[in-house]
Amino acid sequence: MDLFVAIFTGTIIAATPLIFAALGELVVEKSGVLNLGLEGMMLMGAAFAFWAVIAGLPMPVAIAAGALAGAATSLLFGALALTFLTNQYAAGLALAIFGSGVSAFLGRGFGSTPIDALKRVHVPFLSDIPVVGPMFFRFDPMVYLAIAMFGLITWFLYRTKGGLILRTIGESPETSHAIGYPVIRIRYLAVLFGGLMAGLAGAYLSVAYTPLWVENMTAGKGWISLALVVFATWRPLRVLIGAWLFGGMTILQLQGQALGIAVPSELLSALPYLATIIVLVIISQNRQLLTLHFPASLAKPFRAAS
Amino acid sequence: MIPRLELRSITKSYPGTVANDAVSLSILPGEIHAVLGENGAGKSTLMKIIYGAAQADSGEIYCDGRRIEAHNPAISRSLGIEMVYQHFALFESVSVVENIALAVKGTFDLGRLATEIEALSARYGMPIDPHRRVHDLSVGERQRVEIVRCLLQSPKLLILDEPTSVLTPQAVVKLFGTLRQLASEGCSIVYISHKLDEVQELCDTATVLRNGKVTGTAKPKESTSLELARMMVGSQLPEMHVSPSAPSAKPLLEVRGLSAPARDKYGTELTDVSLEVHGGEIVGLAGVSGNGQAELIALLSGERTHPRAETILIGGRPSGHLSAGERRKLGMAFVPEERLGRGAVPPHALWENAVLTAHRAGLVRNALVDRRRAGDFARRVIERFKVKANGPQASAQSLSGGNLQKFIVGRELTLEPKILLVSQPTWGVDVGAAAFIRQTLVDLSRAGAAVLVVSEELDELFEICDRLLVISNGRVSPPLIRKQTNREEIGLLMTRVGHGETRRTEVALED
Repeated sequence: MDLFVAIFTGTIIAATPLIFAALGELVVEKSGVLNLGLEGMMLMGAAFAFWAVIAGLPMPVAIAAGALAGAATSLLFGALALTFLTNQYAAGLALAIFGSGVSAFLGRGFGSTPIDALKRVHVPFLSDIPVVGPMFFRFDPMVYLAIAMFGLITWFLYRTKGGLILRTIGESPETSHAIGYPVIRIRYLAVLFGGLMAGLAGAYLSVAYTPLWVENMTAGKGWISLALVVFATWRPLRVLIGAWLFGGMTILQLQGQALGIAVPSELLSALPYLATIIVLVIISQNRQLLTLHFPASLAKPFRAAS
Repeated sequence: MIPRLELRSITKSYPGTVANDAVSLSILPGEIHAVLGENGAGKSTLMKIIYGAAQADSGEIYCDGRRIEAHNPAISRSLGIEMVYQHFALFESVSVVENIALAVKGTFDLGRLATEIEALSARYGMPIDPHRRVHDLSVGERQRVEIVRCLLQSPKLLILDEPTSVLTPQAVVKLFGTLRQLASEGCSIVYISHKLDEVQELCDTATVLRNGKVTGTAKPKESTSLELARMMVGSQLPEMHVSPSAPSAKPLLEVRGLSAPARDKYGTELTDVSLEVHGGEIVGLAGVSGNGQAELIALLSGERTHPRAETILIGGRPSGHLSAGERRKLGMAFVPEERLGRGAVPPHALWENAVLTAHRAGLVRNALVDRRRAGDFARRVIERFKVKANGPQASAQSLSGGNLQKFIVGRELTLEPKILLVSQPTWGVDVGAAAFIRQTLVDLSRAGAAVLVVSEELDELFEICDRLLVISNGRVSPPLIRKQTNREEIGLLMTRVGHGETRRTEVALED
């Protein structure tokens, strides 16, 4: 039972950064913009949050600093892709490299001492229930925030006019412009939101998941988040499930390594990436649903006609 | 009376052309005002300027006597100006009510809006189901959505851009009824069209544009078609010469009991389609779009192959399994419905687009494109078919719709096909170019080729075809001799089975 609880909680925690990053990217892509620079924005978020902690700032401020760092980095992409109409693939890739370089540079002064990780919540009574308590009521606040963001984003996308506007801009910015919506401004907001979420994902990695600065500590989680969005066919619930799947595989392979399974650990480490992609490929086979949820204008630059 | 809308010497230039040159016009409340003109005459630009989707370089716009200073679509809507686009401004991935919610002010209450839509659409005789996704709607239904969306705003001025090009004759009658009802309630209507008979039937006044300039105003009900057409075209209209056909003994194109599944959930299944096209004749396929035309055309052109080779015979040879390229080698040519993207590659030069299908005509040597020959070929097409273009170097997307269509038809005809498939040959093409294209099709058939024309425009089919077929719900009617049938009979066959069965409506809230 303890093992099960450990795997379950480990899964939820490992999935949290992916949920932040992938849901943010989902909103960006739903508006028709492809920001491949998740990895860079996450690293910036991670570096700034970590820096804020060692500078002695309180934890909520540090997390906010990470989120803002992600948003500021995304603004760079926004300017290139939306204002100067650069190729979005190129701008996103540049951002990923930029973020990883700058964060490594900043991190040279961070040393290698661990910090005090984000504290877990303790709800009187609830957290003390056997099994259920540790499974649901003893996470750090950001785990709950990630789930809340999932609810908020789903509600926003499918229940509000703002979400409808965002989705339809992703289908046809020309039409949106024709009926009078400020396409570029809305896409900027989406990109900023995506940056904010990636910053949160990064902050989670450096102040909660592994409270230690390691260069390039995202270790490809930005890329897997990008893949999650595509294979989840641009639907929030599938992103959530995909993130948990990835988290679960991560924990299982760690357990496997701990048990000394006679498979090279490098192969085991690759397992979560492989398994997540295979499963998502299988569930994204229905082309009808794919075309329905795919933002048709994805990665196509838009210039308002004059 | 103060005009609802007044334009004073509106001028708008794009690089290389003057789209509108000192255009003035005035529309009274409750007036139905036609803007007539060929493609490229500047009608669409003028409408965009009225609606605020484009800005004039100079000139003034007055609405109800007050000058509009800075203009954009939001201001238009606040003034009560609404526009129904030729290419519908609808989002396919969301439902009717969601589409409409995007365009109306007020609180976001889809339930209440759906009720309003149902009530309003019923009142104007255009029933629509607000919860269906736009992707599932036929073109006619989409147009209704557009119109209802505008009507919900209680507009004072409604702009319609070529609204009847895709409607059945019966639907046109209904639309006109709706428009007259609206005008009688005081709404002004700007009606853009190149169909003279419709303008004469519906409109009170007409402003005629040619090359961006106003060439005249007229009372269409009191003018003859010829007078209006001359104002539009500026010269004597070419007259159609349809000499009697002399069909070949054996058909050049034959389809025998062709059945095929739908392309996707939104497509139409073909059931036991049989038809014959002889050399020397033009056969027309009438029908409202979405009744299987796309499937049939794809199977005939070879874009889609059929496992049973003997269902399609080209020159007597079983060809169902052959690819598009192999069929072209047998002497078939194809002009698709989508000019940009299927008929031509938009950003590529005309000579490059010529190579796409004319590489068989010696434009390629040793696997390399012979640029000089390709250029010459494109130049010949441009000259012979009077394409208005900046030479073979001009990109396909820089041409107006009619000119690009002339180029594509010209390219295929220069290959001297034995069988020509044409889909919507004159869709969105102006009167002059349309007449020219039709005449070339007639001439080609009289020279012995088999021509199959798929079109939603009955006038066109009646003008040039020797025999007519009607496609409805994936079935093709037996052939009708053009001289022994009429529009009403064809119109009834078109709607016989009803187009598009009610499909399961899916909710967008998958998650």
